Amino acid sequence: MLQRTVPIAILGLSGVILMLAYFSPLTTSWGETVLEWFNILAAVAFVLGAGNLLAVNLEKISSRRPGWAYAAITLLSFFLMLGFGLLKVGAVPNPQHPGVHLAGNYETADSPFGWIYEYVFSPLTATMFAMLAFYVASAAFRAFRAKNTESILLLGTAFVILLAQTAAGMFLTGWIPEDSAFAFLRLDWMKVAITEHIQTAGMRAITIGIALGVVATSLRLILGIDKSYLSKG
Amino acid sequence: MNTNTHDRQGGGGGGSFLSRLGGLDRRWIFLAMGLSIAVPILLKLRFPEVPGPMARATFDAIESIPEGSRVLLAFDYDPASAGELQPMANAMVHHCAARGHRIVFMALWPLGKQMADATIKDVLLEFHPQYAYGTDYVQLGYKAGNEAVVKLMATDIPQQYSTDAAGAALASLPLVADVKSTTDFKLVASISAGYPGAKEWVQYANSANPEAFKLVSGSTGVQVSQLLPYYPAQMEGLLVAVKGAAEYEMLVTAAYPSADKPDLLAERLGQGRVRMGPQLVAHLLMIGLIILGNIAMVAGRSRGGAR
Repeated sequence: MLQRTVPIAILGLSGVILMLAYFSPLTTSWGETVLEWFNILAAVAFVLGAGNLLAVNLEKISSRRPGWAYAAITLLSFFLMLGFGLLKVGAVPNPQHPGVHLAGNYETADSPFGWIYEYVFSPLTATMFAMLAFYVASAAFRAFRAKNTESILLLGTAFVILLAQTAAGMFLTGWIPEDSAFAFLRLDWMKVAITEHIQTAGMRAITIGIALGVVATSLRLILGIDKSYLSKG
Repeated sequence: MNTNTHDRQGGGGGGSFLSRLGGLDRRWIFLAMGLSIAVPILLKLRFPEVPGPMARATFDAIESIPEGSRVLLAFDYDPASAGELQPMANAMVHHCAARGHRIVFMALWPLGKQMADATIKDVLLEFHPQYAYGTDYVQLGYKAGNEAVVKLMATDIPQQYSTDAAGAALASLPLVADVKSTTDFKLVASISAGYPGAKEWVQYANSANPEAFKLVSGSTGVQVSQLLPYYPAQMEGLLVAVKGAAEYEMLVTAAYPSADKPDLLAERLGQGRVRMGPQLVAHLLMIGLIILGNIAMVAGRSRGGAR
């Protein structure tokens, strides 16, 4: 009973205070206090995240599930970086406090923590993101087909944006005077027309729809009607 | 590399070249994409860029505030998006410093601080060595809490950041000693790769005090559709992906060249334009691949119809 009532009460009270804080200056400080609690909880969530990481990966290793070696590498990397960061291994001494090891800077590439970030983590994450280009190209070749009117419109839009986002747009149609009757044939003109009118109008409609959904869901949570965020029981 | 049977076989079995094209092994596509990116980089291909209205609006927003204004730059991204966003961040910091604006750095993403540190080292201190920590710039670092951080900063910054990233009390840093909220800044800029980022700055900081400060943003291409509804009413400037960075770099380097380090400035503030070369060739390849895929589809249908 208490496990369900207390979280519902905290959520309801926080929601009401934040709403009041938006409308009434008298309750602004209450809203700030709630937000400060939220930020503290958000920081604590990192600890919960680490705990979850450990639980999931240790279970994977102990049961020798497929890919357990990757789980071991994940945990090894986690503890390595945690150790380097917490103990400030190889930290560059702080000029103001040269005798205090823990006052040193561990984020420069001269320390193991900074070196791994600079030369391992950064290139790896950038590589993962860059690989999207290869898969997008392959997917575009296989799936981007002009099968009906909608897909033809989508293809045309894609071509305009792809060309206008590069120097090719100006090269192909930049010679058309901006103040002429044919300016609408310029790729940059078409791109602006698509993004500022068609795309923005569609996005506004989606945004308003999402906002209404958020309001409805928030009210259900604050009023205790929706309890799905609590444990399964 | 894993390739399925469909990749290896022609779409039309032993049919014509065009119909078999549909079953092109994806490794050829990967190779073509790799070459289309690598060759322009190796050849250092650069193409002329014409600054668009969004880049001009961003430039004008920073120009329009008085020299020496206090500005807040939020680095809301991580190394995964650095290729797209670091060039515009570098140009923006150089632009602000060239105007004499005093800069407060912060981050809504855990690794945003490292991104800001790189810009401080490579651009701010390299081309503006007179900038002193505490009086001309301050690094607040990262705070957990996403939009709650932004919302609290809109009303009470000292409650959100009691110290800078190194642990020094804000009261001991002249630049931020008297800062109460985001209204104490003339301009806020979010270099944003997603959530939390520019959208949250509009919704929770700008909407609370729409007239108090100008808001500009630099965004990745994939999330720009979410930000376009806010431009130009709530967001005065918006830099879109590498092209936005390249256009903005052109405006900034033309207006504020470096007298003593012109080559280094051209290199550090030319990364957006350098990256437009691979983007052009890769986009043309994408268009070519889409056209080829459709030709193969039509050819396959024709063969099917003939049978």
